Amino acid sequence: MQEKDKTRRKVLIGLTSAVGLSGLPFVATPFIAAWNPSAKAKAAGAAVKLDVSKMQYGQQIQVAWRKQPVFIVRHTKESLAGLDLSLDKLADPNSDQIIEPYKGLNPSRSKNPEYSVMSGVCTHLGCSPKYHPEVEPKAWDASWKGGFFCPCHGSMFDIVGRVYKGVPAPTNLVVPPHMFEGTILTIGEDKEL
Amino acid sequence: MSEMAGKLFSWVNSRLPIVNTFERHLSKHPVPSKVNFWYLFGALAAVTLIIQIVSGIWLIMPYSNTEEQAFSSIEYIMRDVDYGWVIRYIHTTGASLFFAVVYLHMFRGLLYGSYQKPKELVWIFGCTIYLAMMAEGFLGYVLPYGQMSYWGAQVIISLFGAIPYIGESLELWVRGDYYISGITVSRFFALHVVALPLVLIALVFLHLVALHEVGAGNPEGVDIEEYLDDDGVPLDSVPFFPYKVLNALVAIGVFMTVFSIIMFFFPEGGGYFIEMANFQEANPLVTPEHIAPVWYYAPFYTMLRAIPDPLGGLIVMAAAVAIFFIVPWLDRSKVASIRYKGIYSKIALTMFGVSFLTLGYLGTVGVTEIRKTMSVICTVIYFSYFLLMPIYTKYEITKEVPKRL
Repeated sequence: MQEKDKTRRKVLIGLTSAVGLSGLPFVATPFIAAWNPSAKAKAAGAAVKLDVSKMQYGQQIQVAWRKQPVFIVRHTKESLAGLDLSLDKLADPNSDQIIEPYKGLNPSRSKNPEYSVMSGVCTHLGCSPKYHPEVEPKAWDASWKGGFFCPCHGSMFDIVGRVYKGVPAPTNLVVPPHMFEGTILTIGEDKEL
Repeated sequence: MSEMAGKLFSWVNSRLPIVNTFERHLSKHPVPSKVNFWYLFGALAAVTLIIQIVSGIWLIMPYSNTEEQAFSSIEYIMRDVDYGWVIRYIHTTGASLFFAVVYLHMFRGLLYGSYQKPKELVWIFGCTIYLAMMAEGFLGYVLPYGQMSYWGAQVIISLFGAIPYIGESLELWVRGDYYISGITVSRFFALHVVALPLVLIALVFLHLVALHEVGAGNPEGVDIEEYLDDDGVPLDSVPFFPYKVLNALVAIGVFMTVFSIIMFFFPEGGGYFIEMANFQEANPLVTPEHIAPVWYYAPFYTMLRAIPDPLGGLIVMAAAVAIFFIVPWLDRSKVASIRYKGIYSKIALTMFGVSFLTLGYLGTVGVTEIRKTMSVICTVIYFSYFLLMPIYTKYEITKEVPKRL
């Protein structure tokens, strides 16, 4: 074969391969996209509403949003007053390390200072921390001020979900978008955001 | 009649290389004449793979891959399907024993240098099989949709979330939902029963083809290709069939006895083979008090827990598996077998074995301060075994390897 023909063949092989390869992303699209949440899954993950006026002071309830636990705590005056007492034990008291929708609005990290609304999923590996509001020595902390303790890997959070120093969880519990209309709390949607 | 059969056979054989293949890979395939029990676990792994495939196919039939039905279909298999409990316990016992056999097979490799030149590719295919097995085991564990299926998967899928920038959307994409739902279960089902078994079978094929190309090793680390008879067959070899096949049959008999004892009398393996929390249906709102992986992932889980940062933990855990791939280039020793290596190699391998077992134990129990410190120490020893290998294998005094087996 002549040198000219060899070059011609190389160019043709290159062009054919390029055209063939350019089809790859198109072919891959449906296969990758089929793994996204379906329209049905998205609809099932819509916002949830509940009336929080019946909650006791100091009570924690758990609701499911997108089948994930969301913690709602109605704070007592004492527990709100005690929030600043253990600041030195917290890794990120002002939530500077995460994107928080209601940052700096109030110490409860929510749209209504009487309540805290936070995701009940540990920021370490997704377990669900347990609510221990009692101010008393615990096996995991001799000077426990009340808060959340994760049984999986021992992460600790205070009563509004801020993470302690030196535990596996890297950040505070996430605050989901929410809004209050009177005593009706909507989780998963905030018209002002 | 026999004449017709003979004709039929030669008709087929001239179109399909039956005799050739049989001779090349069995009756004339030379293997070292002297090996020990460590060389039986490869055959046992192959047997277990077949057991898993057959019992798995039978489990697919009554299993239902939906959120509402997955858990109850397992109960249905256990209670209502005739002998369903046997089929399921074969599969769960098989899973644990598959890992047990493969861990021993891999340890044999480290013990006798089965990764050394020219067996690097055999080793790499083997490591890839192990990686595929870990994925296969994880996906399978999610399918019963029990509490430990759910929360174990929650922990593992959260690992993707630790990857910077793309983590969270990757997590959502893997789950296909905002939690581990029926959508996740059914895609894991597809991967567990079709995609990964195909990958595993292809890898096992490559592992064996590469092995037959370079020849099996022996505990002395002697190269049997050095001394050949007039036909070019190694003097220190026997044909694979019938010598090794019959040999392996005895081992398979013993293995099946152990298998049956576990399957019939201790199918849960004291909570190590099937964790007790998995007898409850998945509940996304309640985490079990104590989340522990099945025993065969425990060493890596301990490393994950030992590192306070999820991304760091993920990297260390991935590195712990990935480092096996480069062992052929970490070992700078002139000799293959531990019998002729120096004292440093012997100490290092012992320390590695002890640290691996300790990490395994720590992964199945809760966290305390002392255990956390031990996890870190054992993780360091684990990695030191590999990372210091180029040094201690190069500078230690080795013994002379005999010429013949």
